[in-house]
Amino acid sequence: MKQTMEKEIRNTEERAHPDAGGSLLNPQKGAEILNMLKRGAEFTHELLRENEKLRYAAARLQEQNESLRKRTENAVARSEIEGMERKLRTLTEENSKLLERFSEVEKENGDFANKYVEIEQENNMLANLYISSYQLHSSLDFNEVLRIIMEIIINLIGAEQFALFLLDEKTQILKAVASEGIDLEDIPSFTVGETIIGNAVKSGESYYSEDTAAKEPLDMADPLVCIPMKITERVIGTIVVYKLFQQKDSFTKLDYELFYMLAGHAATAIFSSKLYTESERRLSTIQGFIELITK
Amino acid sequence: MSRVLIVEDSPTMVQLLVFIIKKLRDVEIDTANDGANGLKKLSEGRYDLVLTDINMPLIDGLKFVSLLRNDRSNGNRDVPVIIITTEGEESIMEEGMKLGANSYITKPVNSQRVIETVRKFINA
Repeated sequence: MKQTMEKEIRNTEERAHPDAGGSLLNPQKGAEILNMLKRGAEFTHELLRENEKLRYAAARLQEQNESLRKRTENAVARSEIEGMERKLRTLTEENSKLLERFSEVEKENGDFANKYVEIEQENNMLANLYISSYQLHSSLDFNEVLRIIMEIIINLIGAEQFALFLLDEKTQILKAVASEGIDLEDIPSFTVGETIIGNAVKSGESYYSEDTAAKEPLDMADPLVCIPMKITERVIGTIVVYKLFQQKDSFTKLDYELFYMLAGHAATAIFSSKLYTESERRLSTIQGFIELITK
Repeated sequence: MSRVLIVEDSPTMVQLLVFIIKKLRDVEIDTANDGANGLKKLSEGRYDLVLTDINMPLIDGLKFVSLLRNDRSNGNRDVPVIIITTEGEESIMEEGMKLGANSYITKPVNSQRVIETVRKFINA
């Protein structure tokens, strides 16, 4: 555009000065030049307007550009934020999963600890039962067997006053043969089918009083526990507990297991020791008789 | 290795106490069936702990503790002693502690209680 204007001015000048020597312009040519200058001015104004428009358009474009840049930046930031939010969600999920797993492991740990305590108790119980049955069958001496039964009842069950009764099958009378905490002479005999003790022996079922506190005054017919000693279904006697140690206020699972074990094993131990003692006595009688004959 | 002496006349209790205490690491267990035998063993070898029953024939647990603590010639005179009693009465335990016992366990024995009490006196 600048070149066009310069060209136009040169043309006007040539027309105003046709020869190098130059001559004065006539009025017509002057008007023409004036007109041309007017048109040039108008053209210049037009150019200026155009320029203004272009500057405005450029400014608009710059604004748009700025806006686009910001939007792009925002989009990038938003995308980053979204990415971080996704990561945060993933981490939160992982965290809650880990917490869940942790509480599961903690629970399992607690279960294992409880199981360990249970196994330890079970182990202790089995040891008590093993030792009791081992001791019960360690002797064939009747008095020794009675002593072992009493030892088990004192040391492993924790009874302070109790008695062992044996049944006379002919008379159906239960007679005390050993006792702890009570004089043997003070213990009465009981008939099968009468009182708690007699009924327990008749039915063959163990009796447990609901209240484990010792009865005052002591009633020999009203015990805390009555355990019939049986070989299969044949009752040979009974263990009767009247009082527990002061520090023992209830029966444990171990106590019931020991009573159950005693019901069977004490019976066989007593029965076999009696048979052995009897056979020994008979053997000695026979030997004495043979010696008498052979002399 | 810690050496533990069990002074107890009941074979059932001895067997049970041995079963419980042998679960501990580095423990050697010796037994004596009455107080006199217990004192004899204590005058012969080194022990780190003694468990004694109260109710024993001839020399009972209380007498045993008293004799041990007053025997200046015994190398185990100051050995820790745990008394085992059927009595729940405070007075019996107090008497035992006054005579020189260090702790007590009541019957029927609880394995956990035995382990805890023994561990107070030996590293096992």
